[in-house]
Amino acid sequence: MARVHLSGIGKTYPDGTSAVTGLDLDIAEGEFLVLVGPSGCGKTTALRMVAGLEEISSGTLTIGDRVVNRTPARDRDVAMVFQSYALYPHLSVRDNIAFGLQLRKLPKREIKQRVEDAAETLGLTEHLDRRPRNLSGGQRQRVAMGRAIVRQPQAFLMDEPLSNLDAKLRVQMRAEISRLQRDLAVTTVYVTHDQVEAMTLGDRVAVLKKGVLQQVAPPQELYDHPANLFVAGFIGSPAMNLLQGRLEADGSAARVELGGQSLAVPAALMAERPRLREYLGREVALGIRPEDMEDAELGTGDQDTLLTSTTDLVEALGPELLVHFQLPAPPVVTEDTKELARDAGAEGIDAAAPYSDVIARFSPRSRTGTGQPLRVRVDTGHLYFFDPATGDGIWGEPASATQQKEGTHA
Amino acid sequence: MSAQVEPAESAEHTRSAAAGNEGAPHRSLAARLVARVGSGAVQVLLILIALFWMVPTLGLLFSSLRSPQDNASSGWWTVFTEPAQLTLRNYAVLLDNPDFVSSFGNTVLITVPSTAIIVVVASLAAYAFAWLEFPGRDWLFLGVVGLLVVPIQVALVPISSLYGGTPLYGSIPAVVLFHVGFGLPFGIFLLRNFFAAIPRDLLEAARMDGGRELTIFRRVILPLGGPAIASLGIFQFLWVWNDLLVALVFAAEASQPMTVALQSEMRQFGANIDVISAGAFLSMVVPLLVFFAFQRYFVQGVMAGAVK
Ligand SMILES: Nc1ncnc2c1ncn2[C@@H]1O[C@H](COP(=O)(O)OP(=O)(O)O)[C@@H](O)[C@H]1O
Ligand SMILES: [Mg+2]
Repeated sequence: MARVHLSGIGKTYPDGTSAVTGLDLDIAEGEFLVLVGPSGCGKTTALRMVAGLEEISSGTLTIGDRVVNRTPARDRDVAMVFQSYALYPHLSVRDNIAFGLQLRKLPKREIKQRVEDAAETLGLTEHLDRRPRNLSGGQRQRVAMGRAIVRQPQAFLMDEPLSNLDAKLRVQMRAEISRLQRDLAVTTVYVTHDQVEAMTLGDRVAVLKKGVLQQVAPPQELYDHPANLFVAGFIGSPAMNLLQGRLEADGSAARVELGGQSLAVPAALMAERPRLREYLGREVALGIRPEDMEDAELGTGDQDTLLTSTTDLVEALGPELLVHFQLPAPPVVTEDTKELARDAGAEGIDAAAPYSDVIARFSPRSRTGTGQPLRVRVDTGHLYFFDPATGDGIWGEPASATQQKEGTHA
Repeated sequence: MSAQVEPAESAEHTRSAAAGNEGAPHRSLAARLVARVGSGAVQVLLILIALFWMVPTLGLLFSSLRSPQDNASSGWWTVFTEPAQLTLRNYAVLLDNPDFVSSFGNTVLITVPSTAIIVVVASLAAYAFAWLEFPGRDWLFLGVVGLLVVPIQVALVPISSLYGGTPLYGSIPAVVLFHVGFGLPFGIFLLRNFFAAIPRDLLEAARMDGGRELTIFRRVILPLGGPAIASLGIFQFLWVWNDLLVALVFAAEASQPMTVALQSEMRQFGANIDVISAGAFLSMVVPLLVFFAFQRYFVQGVMAGAVK
């Protein structure tokens, strides 16, 4: 177990691709840090640099209290779980797990003991003498985990370890990894592009975009106070709705104009985020989480927390309804939202469109249906605001200190 | 038994996928045969083909076990009706001939080191070409590939004059060295391409597990490369064992291998077919044994289940 410290880590591949830029991360002893971001954002590259499988182009990497920039992978004492599992096909499960210990020339008895303990922990005992090809996907995954834990390394590195499993197994293994990591209390860096995995597993989550760290914070903090549009749009499913609006003063409170409609911004929220005053009379990017909206027919509320539209589509998921509709406000078009759209597989955003598509999460008791008029009540205490030019979140602190970067958390 | 079922199944998959693509109910004869290898009728057929293929070999064996007079007056198949013809006399004559015995020894002394050196050096070099990073690696490999097309004949004269001034000329090491030189490019080429197909993750996992390059080579690459290495070994062994040209040029009387000995036997006595067939059979049986010893590596699909 050790602290892992990345300071200004960067990677430029020989072909000129700059995969990671100035990455600062301080991972505490025993912490579970999740590195999340769209595919191609440099997560694997960052992890491989920590592992020692990829040369570090710039910056300093410290594991424990050793600078290991130039230490080969075999001497870093970290274990990696590969996306492909990378099990040795010619060895039994037992020998796969024991491999690292054999290379380190541990006494035979101790190897046997440790392998059996690891197998016991992972429920692999009766498979120890089988070959990897005779195992199911979930079992192979466990063997890969076993190979890592048996070494009792300074840190675990995992690169999308669950992405080859089917949905059900993934949920189960996710819980197991979480439990295992907590039991062993080994510093862990876990890479995924799945924000649900990131939120459920991480003590802290680091969001990466195009090789640049956007924010690192505990999951709830990321959800509640995203540093910018990218983090806001990436964390949460369905994603936060982002609309162009105009902030107007309204006594000590304010309201945000969305096309012909408007929403109240409570005085309490204005007081909590003093910088919002700087944006009065200006365009802002407004964020509304799907779960902060509800069918207005199911309760009562002030008129100025209501939006009206027509239901386009209802997806009934059982415990909730996903209701699609449009609002007469243009979508937010910045570099961040374009990147999010690219990751979602959309072919770009139409900046000129006068309407934005919005998704709300309703209680299953809602009776709304396709083509029917819709009244949506918005929890205005949980609105999100972003600078439309820079994409930075508008929060309490004065300008320039908004990025909740490394250092604000232990 | 399950080992037999698996290929049949996967062939079945491939076939139905292909048929689906073309929308045609036909499948090729070969595909149908492969899909049915497990079934009884095909096995009988395969055994018949194998027996038919063995006829010349059996002919040689029985000729070598009959007296010269019998061979002159009737075909080898008469042994089935007159088993009394069988005799080990030809082999006794052969083994009484010290030239022949020493030529057999020479063949072994040439073939075993040549094969061993080629397999060892080629697999180490192939690993370096496939997985180690060093400056000029790809150019060097292109050079090796270029050597593949150099015909053996163009080297005979230059190498002869190279050997000329040294005590090497005519010796067994001279022949071995020549075979190694000409066997390596192909060996390196074959193994590099095979090793390069091993998933990178496996090597990296071994590296993370604490393996140094030589350990990774020994404990991951060699076991996984088994089939390719065995193939190379077998081909190289057969090639050197049966070589006549290189031996004729570089081996002096005392170091001549069996191929040369058989050839001069042929010249000296014209039609002493009996001794010749005994010698030919002896020289054939060793490569066959080598082949059977390693053939299971050909069939073994070690890579299954490596990475998903
Ligand atoms: N060996 C390489 N050479 C050049 N570019 C690479 C190499 N590996 C990855 N990249 C590039 O670096 C970027 C980050 O890749 P990667 O770290 O694999 O992203 P992620 O794991 O987040 O999907 C991508 O643009 C990718 O194309
Ligand atoms: Mg990746």
